[in-house]
Amino acid sequence: MNEAKSNFTSRRILLASPYIVWVAGFTILPLIIIIHYAFTDAGGAFTFSNLGLIFSPIHLKAVMFSLEIAISSTVACILLSYPMVMAMRHLGLGKRTFSLFILILPMWMNFILRILAWQMILSNNGILNMILSWFSIAPLKIANTGTSIMIGVVYDYLPYMMLPIYTAIMDINEDLIEAARDLGAGSLTIFLKIILPLSLPGLLSGIVMVFVPSMTSFVISDILGGGKLQLIGNVIEQEFTTANNWHAGSGLSVALMIFVLISMAFTTKEHKEGRESVIW
Amino acid sequence: MSNIILKMDSISKSFDGKAILSDFDLEIRRNEFVTLLGPSGCGKSTILRIIGGFVRPDKGRVLFEGKDITALPPEKRNVNTVFQKYSLFPHMNVEENIAFGLKLKKKSPEYIRDKVQYALNLVNLEGYEKRDTLSLSGGQQQRVAIARAIVNEPELLLLDEPLGALDLKLRHGMQRELIKIKQEVGITFLYVTHDQEEALMMSDRIIVMNKGIIQQAGDSKSIYDEPQNAFVADFIGESNIIGALMVKDLLVRIQGVDIPCVDTGFGENVPVDVVIRPEDIEIVPENMGYINGRVMSVIFKGAYYEIKVQSEDFSWQVQSVNPAPVGEMVGMTVLPDNIQIMHKPASEDEEVVKDE
Repeated sequence: MNEAKSNFTSRRILLASPYIVWVAGFTILPLIIIIHYAFTDAGGAFTFSNLGLIFSPIHLKAVMFSLEIAISSTVACILLSYPMVMAMRHLGLGKRTFSLFILILPMWMNFILRILAWQMILSNNGILNMILSWFSIAPLKIANTGTSIMIGVVYDYLPYMMLPIYTAIMDINEDLIEAARDLGAGSLTIFLKIILPLSLPGLLSGIVMVFVPSMTSFVISDILGGGKLQLIGNVIEQEFTTANNWHAGSGLSVALMIFVLISMAFTTKEHKEGRESVIW
Repeated sequence: MSNIILKMDSISKSFDGKAILSDFDLEIRRNEFVTLLGPSGCGKSTILRIIGGFVRPDKGRVLFEGKDITALPPEKRNVNTVFQKYSLFPHMNVEENIAFGLKLKKKSPEYIRDKVQYALNLVNLEGYEKRDTLSLSGGQQQRVAIARAIVNEPELLLLDEPLGALDLKLRHGMQRELIKIKQEVGITFLYVTHDQEEALMMSDRIIVMNKGIIQQAGDSKSIYDEPQNAFVADFIGESNIIGALMVKDLLVRIQGVDIPCVDTGFGENVPVDVVIRPEDIEIVPENMGYINGRVMSVIFKGAYYEIKVQSEDFSWQVQSVNPAPVGEMVGMTVLPDNIQIMHKPASEDEEVVKDE
């Protein structure tokens, strides 16, 4: 009987085989190749020097800039998400679904297209400055700055922050809020003592989903940074394409991967301590 | 200081155009255990939520110790609620849950520690301070919810069917404990339930409600023994309710038989409703009682037999310690004291609630 059961399970696994082939071919194999390049030099000998490249001043500067963009974008996403979700909490079901739809709508458009649109809005003689000029306000020099990159990152990743927070907050029973009010809690206390702690699992999922991709992004900075501002993603991209140095590119990739894994280890540890994790 | 702690003054409230309460008045005296009793949808929970501050009445005033609190939000009221679904904070342990209100009041840590200990003692949960609330049983969670409310020493404690989710045995235990807690802390209790037995057992005063209207208010005994209309008689325990004719004072004609009773003042030859509790009917040999009937069924209920006796088109419910022979004709008798005469229902809310 046990045998029959394991037989059944193994046949079930067959259903996943297309995905397994996909993952093996396009995730695991490239990863092995990257790791191979990362730990070898041009002659094929084993080395740590590619990994060590991350500590060279120019690369370290790119890492710090990436970190600055990723952290500030993540914080901006959090600060935008909570008030929005709190406002949605009190909407009727119909209005709430509609706001959620509006929120997700930009995700239906191509990512590059969205960034290009932002380029047109933010460029020195773009739409934003045109509108400002109607009110006789001096043009803003946002194009090709860190701010411009940050706007793009926030715009792109905001839904990934808002959706898990939304799920977590909508799960909070209104009874708990009433119980807290009954015990004398005002709005601020309710947010800090009840809503924030109970939405922590959603917040952590959001942080992971915004911080990691913005830390490693390079297309947004390419387009909105005007190619002058280098994120670590841009550096890696150029090592592969322009410099054609796969060893350096792979080394930096692996170093970045290790860095991201370490920073995420803190969040996932917290995550396990949370009562329930919100995965969507 | 006035003895009236809370007064609801012609409160009206409708939801989606449906009137739940209209011109509702209620007074609660200090240190009373008052129960609002009624079927679901009778407006009893709405009353509690209006007093708690969660629902704003469309019209009318709520006076707490003489002050108008109608517009005051819940967090500003000196009233605490024990919710039906416990509503414990899942991210806090037992101690943090109980201390929540006191911390907001900025009490000293020593004061909070003492109070939490006192409250845990009161609800028999010593040593549970650090326990995760989700690891507790339903009964224990409800105790924590009670402790969390009473540590704040509210003038008035609102309890919204707090035992509704517990099983029967646990519920009986908690009922006794609630009475004990009430006596010890000396807080006024306003209790909402649809369980008549619970209401009869615990309350100083019961307010029976139907369709937003108070049907009868009084102590347990008067509510049970002297229901004022068919709704109350039916809702409070098992009863035989039958149409009858009040021939004159002290004499009522039931199923064509003149039976002495103790009621007066209804007039002569007036149609009335009569309530007789099943335990007040005595089964005697045929033709020895007032009314004869055929025994249709006998069910053993543990402490008594539940007997159904068919007489003409009415099925009498009788509770007796002795069984009766099924299918045989028997007589039934009742003491004058145990016949309760009521006026015919004057409005829909006074009628018996039909099972659907």
